[in-house]
Amino acid sequence: MANAEDLQYTADHEWVSADGDIATVGITGYAAEQLGDIVFVDLPSVGDAVEAGQVIGELESTKSVGELFCPVSGTVTEVNEELAAAPEIVNSDPTGAGWLLKVQVAELPELLDKAAYDALTGAA
Amino acid sequence: MTIQPFEDLRTTQPQDAADLAVRPALGAPDAFRRRHIGTTADAQERMLAAVGVASTDELMARAVPAAIRQDEDLVTGLPPAASEREALAELRRLAARNTVRTSLIGLGYSGTVTPAVIQRNVLENPSWYTAYTPYQPEISQGRLEALLNFQTAVADLTGLTTANASMLDEATAVVEGMLLARRASRARTARFVVDADALPQTKAVLAGRAEAVGIELLEADLAGDGLPEGDLFGVLVQYPGASGRVWDPTAVIEAAKARGALAAVAADLLAMTLLTPPGELGADVAVGSSQRFGVPMAMGGPHAGFMAVRAGLERQLPGRLVGVSKDADGAPAYRLSLQAREQHIRREKATSNICTAQVLLAVMASMYAVYHGPAGLKRIAEHVHATASRAASMLRAAGARVHEQPFFDTILVDVADADAALAAARDRGLWLRRVDAGTVGASFDETTDDAVVGVLVEVLADGRGGEPVFVAGGAATLPVQLLRTSEYLAHPVFNSFHSETGMMRYLKYLADLDYALDRGMIPLGSCTMKLNAATEMAAVTWPEFGDLHPFAPAEDVAGSLELIGQLESWLADLTGYDAVSLQPNAGSQGELAGLLAIRGYHRANGDDARTVCLIPSSAHGTNAASAVLAGLKVVVVACDELGNVDLDDLRAKVATHADELAALMITYPSTHGVYEHEVRAVTDAVHAAGGQVYIDGANLNALVGRARFGDFGGDVSHLNLHKTFCIPHGGGGPGVGPVAAKAHLAPHLPSHPFAQEAPEGVRGPGRFGGTPVSAAPFGSPGILPISWSYVRMMGADGLREATDAAVLAANYVAARLGDAYPVLYRGDGGLVAHECILDLRPLTAETGVTVDDVAKRLIDHGFHAPTMSFPVPGTLMVEPTESEDLGEIDRFVDAMLAIRAEADRVGSGEWPADDNPLRNAPHTARAVTDTVWPHAYSREVAAYPFESSRHGEARLRSVRGKYWPPVRRIDQAYGDRNLVCACPPPGAFED
Repeated sequence: MANAEDLQYTADHEWVSADGDIATVGITGYAAEQLGDIVFVDLPSVGDAVEAGQVIGELESTKSVGELFCPVSGTVTEVNEELAAAPEIVNSDPTGAGWLLKVQVAELPELLDKAAYDALTGAA
Repeated sequence: MTIQPFEDLRTTQPQDAADLAVRPALGAPDAFRRRHIGTTADAQERMLAAVGVASTDELMARAVPAAIRQDEDLVTGLPPAASEREALAELRRLAARNTVRTSLIGLGYSGTVTPAVIQRNVLENPSWYTAYTPYQPEISQGRLEALLNFQTAVADLTGLTTANASMLDEATAVVEGMLLARRASRARTARFVVDADALPQTKAVLAGRAEAVGIELLEADLAGDGLPEGDLFGVLVQYPGASGRVWDPTAVIEAAKARGALAAVAADLLAMTLLTPPGELGADVAVGSSQRFGVPMAMGGPHAGFMAVRAGLERQLPGRLVGVSKDADGAPAYRLSLQAREQHIRREKATSNICTAQVLLAVMASMYAVYHGPAGLKRIAEHVHATASRAASMLRAAGARVHEQPFFDTILVDVADADAALAAARDRGLWLRRVDAGTVGASFDETTDDAVVGVLVEVLADGRGGEPVFVAGGAATLPVQLLRTSEYLAHPVFNSFHSETGMMRYLKYLADLDYALDRGMIPLGSCTMKLNAATEMAAVTWPEFGDLHPFAPAEDVAGSLELIGQLESWLADLTGYDAVSLQPNAGSQGELAGLLAIRGYHRANGDDARTVCLIPSSAHGTNAASAVLAGLKVVVVACDELGNVDLDDLRAKVATHADELAALMITYPSTHGVYEHEVRAVTDAVHAAGGQVYIDGANLNALVGRARFGDFGGDVSHLNLHKTFCIPHGGGGPGVGPVAAKAHLAPHLPSHPFAQEAPEGVRGPGRFGGTPVSAAPFGSPGILPISWSYVRMMGADGLREATDAAVLAANYVAARLGDAYPVLYRGDGGLVAHECILDLRPLTAETGVTVDDVAKRLIDHGFHAPTMSFPVPGTLMVEPTESEDLGEIDRFVDAMLAIRAEADRVGSGEWPADDNPLRNAPHTARAVTDTVWPHAYSREVAAYPFESSRHGEARLRSVRGKYWPPVRRIDQAYGDRNLVCACPPPGAFED
């Protein structure tokens, strides 16, 4: 699992981890817990152009559906293929093996740090 | 030879109307309402004391806002209440005005033999018809298994991977197939190609539905000309065609798929036992009706439509889908799968607005397949085909011109004058289909035999060939390359119960697994699980209603038209509207019809830009899904902390969208179960801006006799006859969702190309001009006698008393449970309407006990849980209805208080959070008799938690008659992650 301090966050409960021009995107543990048992993850295709703020996918649990807002703009370079067979990884390891997609970006938009995100969710 | 028309054989002579009017009453006129309303005057006194009001009149005066209350001097248009015997006598008189003849009309409706063992043990059995949609799967394993059998039969017969748990009818199933194709297709076009040989009613429904959402339909002679040039996202093939023609659509399907489109095939389920099924022809989707699997035509319904898809499209399926999961012990268990697709969660982004299925009818059709098995079904299909073939041969031999084409059960014959031929056939007891001025059609079914063929030949050969010459066998005319070679219905369930004893016991076994109203209260908020009285149900299986083809001549269905006209006028009277259409087959379809009427009205006025539909955030998700399908844009209006429409936000949204405002949809009383006191201000604000007000009638049970939608600002509403007007829920359908409107919207209510007009002197159904929303002109006439009887036997006073009793019961529950579980919303007088929301979130925060834990523990107490987490997550919504008696209501309250006490023992740490009677509920007999009992509480506490709180006879009955759930708590996530929607192989049940 990635170190939570090193990640950046959105108010829509996504996290971003930047490595060069590749941004890895996932949902936060808070979001995964709110959704409950995730049973299906719908993601864009590799090569798709995505824009920050755009709905690019859905996470479906037994009781609800969460829309995935893209936190960054760029081109999708990779999606987590494991999730098709085992969507529950998003619940068990949301910031690690449960990552969703990688996007090649020119630059990152302004995002929240952990303290700001925690303040948002009311976490200590 | 000749056939006696049915009317000649009947012994019941029609009675004169005047005869009934002067006959002395057979019983006290209030006799039935005392049976329908569960609480006696004494009980109501005690309940009123608990609530703190003096009388039901005072209760209603405080609860219902003065501004909307019905004028007390209003003269009712309802006849005075009839006794049960009187109502039945009147129904028999109406039935006698129908004339049942042998139907050869076809067009998706066939004569069929309902096996008596299925009629008696399913259709006439409250264990099946009074059950609710299986949202609580642990107490619904019986009907879930029956539905899984239905899905398996449909998937097998259509040659596709996954079928859903039924659709409302064939025409709407085709619409859903079209919408599915649009979602799933890669093609970027709005064009959908329709087979010219599709059923005419399907084409009529498709046309209106496509127009509303901007789909361009292109009709093409697919069999003759192939797929037309150009882009398309989908194509519909009718197989066999409406003309009866059987042809190979493989090339058309391939061509469509090559262009990125999806291929949907509307198929005849019985023909699929002989013909190569759609899945093997390359189809992505198959739709149709399972009516001819033992479900009476009933003048159009109810029947179970079906939809099946190839692998990869499961998540696109609309409606309910039963799947296999496992329970807490790892045993296979059934449940509803993929519910997150449905509109109660996805709202305007839902795959469809369909919520209801046709469960009772799907169960009947599935049991027909179970009873006959694959060999039996094939024998029936061969009989049908042989009869049609023999008719064709004999007609040709007699000189008639029968169209030269391969067919399964339908032939077309050229005649000099189709109308004359129809009249001649009718005189001889046959209904034929008029194709055009010079062509008639005849469709054969399980019930038609040589006698019918003989009469048909006499009529159509017009004496030219002399006496009919019977041809032995009849040459099979199915194309060899389309003969089915693949196996179907190989699962043991379709090969085990072919004796009546075996079938009776299988049905009893399944029924015993389930909890329905015949066991106890089902306090589901927003669902109105009231009594479905035996007298109301009586006429459902009368042949004078059951054996009518929906497109039969008006003169032969005069009694039904009169019944429909009466019910329409009574419903209009009760709601303050001017016109009612009974065509919609579910609340969702009524919503759609009402919104389409609003859209049609604005467009007729040149207000094409009025497309915004305001919907409060508290609304049922179906509202938003229906609005989208009516071509409207959804704008959400906020609710305040009391759950009412936020008037400031409403006024702001109205101002922002003034020029585009089409409608506001509100539910009254609100989905929060309260009478909003500002509703007049809400409806006035919308009218002032030129918008129309849609009032969702889902909660009409709290208003009848006290307030009328049409009097407080409603322009149009749908009603749920399966809630307020006693049609049983059938385990998740049938439903009837009539749409009621003010005069200015009436011209835009649903029409139908085959709607019959009532004969002179009879006030028949209304005639309207909007787009049809159902395959049959009057939706599901087969179950309308239920609501007719209810209104007829209650009368205006009885209906008002029922409303009062329902509101009193909900307020009594709120008063008794309010300390243990806070009541989330109350109206101005501190009162709730007909239901109350118990907030469990404080309990969960305090003790960790969840809504699920409480709901499942109620099973151990012998109850169906209230509605869970709707409309507010973490809550239970309780609706006792007027039909429960005080003893049963108290039993429920005591169970809820006992559960609260158990939760406190968890909260205090006495019982571990992960091992207590709540978390482990429900407890099966197997679980509590296991040699090993490692739990912190006793087996007695697990299985008989109610023993100490009940006394005497009640205790004895509770203990002896305890309901044992067949499975432990079901793992919801496992089933959604590992989707299996057909009968599991027998090996799955090995230990």
